[in-house]
Amino acid sequence: MAQIFPPVTNTLARASIFGGVFILAGLLWVFSTVDRSSYVTQVGVVREQPVPFSHRRHVAQLGLDCRFCHTSVEDSAFAGIPPTKTCMTCHSQIWLQSEMLEPVRASYRTDRSIEWTRVHDLPDYAYFNHSIHVKKGVGCETCHGRVDQMPLMWQEETLHMEWCLNCHRHPEKYLRPRDEVFTFGYEAEDQTTLGALLVEEHDVAAATTLTNCSMCHR
Amino acid sequence: MSLRQAICVSLSLLALMGCRQDMHDQKKLEPLEKSSFFSDQRASRPQVEGTVARGHLRADSALFEGRVDGKYVAKIPIPVDRALLDRGRERFGIFCTPCHSALGDGNGIVVQRGFKRPETYHQDRLRTAPVGYFFDVITNGYGAMYSFNARLTPKDRWAVIAYVRTLQLSQWATLADVPADERSALEEMR
Ligand code: HEC
Ligand code: HEC
Ligand code: HEC
Ligand code: HEC
Ligand code: HEC
Ligand code: HEC
Repeated sequence: MAQIFPPVTNTLARASIFGGVFILAGLLWVFSTVDRSSYVTQVGVVREQPVPFSHRRHVAQLGLDCRFCHTSVEDSAFAGIPPTKTCMTCHSQIWLQSEMLEPVRASYRTDRSIEWTRVHDLPDYAYFNHSIHVKKGVGCETCHGRVDQMPLMWQEETLHMEWCLNCHRHPEKYLRPRDEVFTFGYEAEDQTTLGALLVEEHDVAAATTLTNCSMCHR
Repeated sequence: MSLRQAICVSLSLLALMGCRQDMHDQKKLEPLEKSSFFSDQRASRPQVEGTVARGHLRADSALFEGRVDGKYVAKIPIPVDRALLDRGRERFGIFCTPCHSALGDGNGIVVQRGFKRPETYHQDRLRTAPVGYFFDVITNGYGAMYSFNARLTPKDRWAVIAYVRTLQLSQWATLADVPADERSALEEMR
């Protein structure tokens, strides 16, 4: 019977022990890159919406405050999506002929909700709360990007755990004074000094508390 | 099993790994999610008309309706202090300026884009109107203006009204209303 393993397999076997490490590392790298790619995280991907609602138009051009529509953002976990009546506050008189707004008027007539497509959606095992972030001085812009420049809504950040933790370990790098939370295009002159001051002033919890697993997985 | 088969099997096993999403999308409903259980498909249930939460009976008609025995109240039924005015100013900025403008003259940005123009706050009729009237307008709407009761709590409505009164005062202020030690600064600016 011929030999099953020719002598060269000795070298192959040795090389494969060595190569296996690289293959494993390579696979890990592929997985983590795919996991962070916008194909998986949907960062920067614009969603189809029943009405092409433009934040740029309503926020930058008309100067509306986020709270005009996202009423509960300051005092509840959920920021709130405006009911049809909120749109009708203005669109009962403005752009009445527009086809684009027909779903809004239809919804008001029939009392059936407009079905907006969710853009940001954490997995159900992670807990998030808007009110605490607003109260402690994290701006909408820090997490949602330049909403005031978005013709249609997209997600600016990955919302991965590493992203949350990156701030929870060093909140002082991102904190703003409370009256700048709803401002866009804000930049502090000296974030290092200001951040340290705001951590004191807003009584922000220590990193050990903020990185506790049970804080977000409850 | 040959080496090649073994590699194939283990690679396809690897591909099957971690593809279950049960924890990701749990059998609970998030706020405003779509639900097939209710006929209107709303997971966040609208309240039955007339629901009163325990301990939240709105018996104080001055505070919650701006009226006593059907007549508008003339005085804001909660203490007016700096904090209330600041709150009122903020809420007015969010909810009223788009139409009534920061001055209250009714020429806000949405009006400039074609919305019906409200009358200015700085006319005698509204300067002498009882505060209860403003409360009624905010709570129930008025003509082309929709109600804001869902977006402003009764306390916030009073805060806004306190600020509207401040605006009305400011537009009719004279030099004599300015504290004596600040007057010279203003006179220099003239
Ligand atoms: C005129 C009302 C209005 C105003 C003002 C407004 N929004 Fe929105 N917002 C909406 C509507 C309607 C949606 C849902 C449709 C969509 O996603 O575009 C939405 C969606 C969003 C979403 C995405 C929600 C999701 O599905 O994940 C974010 C984030 C957001 N708004 C942030 C803001 C911020 C920040 C501001 C203030 C700068 C603001 N909005 C002002 C009406 C408004
Ligand atoms: C405070 C008033 C106001 C509210 C509230 C409001 N809009 Fe508008 N909207 C406007 C005005 C004014 C325009 C026209 C802008 C212009 O002429 O420059 C407009 C334009 C639009 C347009 C036309 C497309 C575009 O952007 O050019 C759409 C669609 C629209 N709004 C959707 C909505 C929806 C959906 C809501 C509810 C979430 C809403 N609007 C709430 C004032 C408002
Ligand atoms: C610390 C980061 C962070 C900040 C600051 C933040 N958001 Fe969000 N926002 C999120 C995350 C994460 C979600 C997705 C929540 C989920 O899926 O449960 C979200 C979702 C939303 C939604 C969709 C509805 C909801 O609550 O799920 C709206 C609207 C919204 N944000 C508006 C705002 C506005 C307005 C501000 C500024 C006051 C703001 N956000 C500040 C992280 C943030
Ligand atoms: C830019 C900074 C920043 C980012 C990003 C951020 N957080 Fe926070 N978070 C804070 C700060 C500051 C606090 C307030 C800490 C305190 O209690 O003093 C906080 C508090 C919290 C709390 C505590 C609420 C409570 O009930 O005590 C939760 C939960 C939380 N964050 C979840 C998240 C999740 C989930 C994400 C990612 C999706 C996230 N955060 C991203 C800054 C951030
Ligand atoms: C600041 C909030 C926060 C804290 C603290 C936190 N997590 Fe997470 N975690 C998240 C979020 C948000 C996700 C979802 C990420 C995603 O969408 O991929 C997550 C996902 C996970 C996952 C699923 C795997 C993954 O990455 O997708 C595991 C496992 C996990 N966390 C374990 C932990 C453990 C263990 C701790 C404590 C050491 C912890 N988490 C602390 C926010 C947090
Ligand atoms: C979408 C535009 C809009 C917004 C936002 C708005 N209003 Fe009005 N308001 C009007 C219009 C238009 C009228 C006149 C209605 C009519 O005559 O049909 C009016 C009338 C009024 C009146 C009655 C004036 C009179 O002539 O008797 C008061 C008081 C008032 N508004 C207060 C407020 C307050 C307070 C807010 C903020 C909480 C507010 N409005 C927000 C458009 C608006």
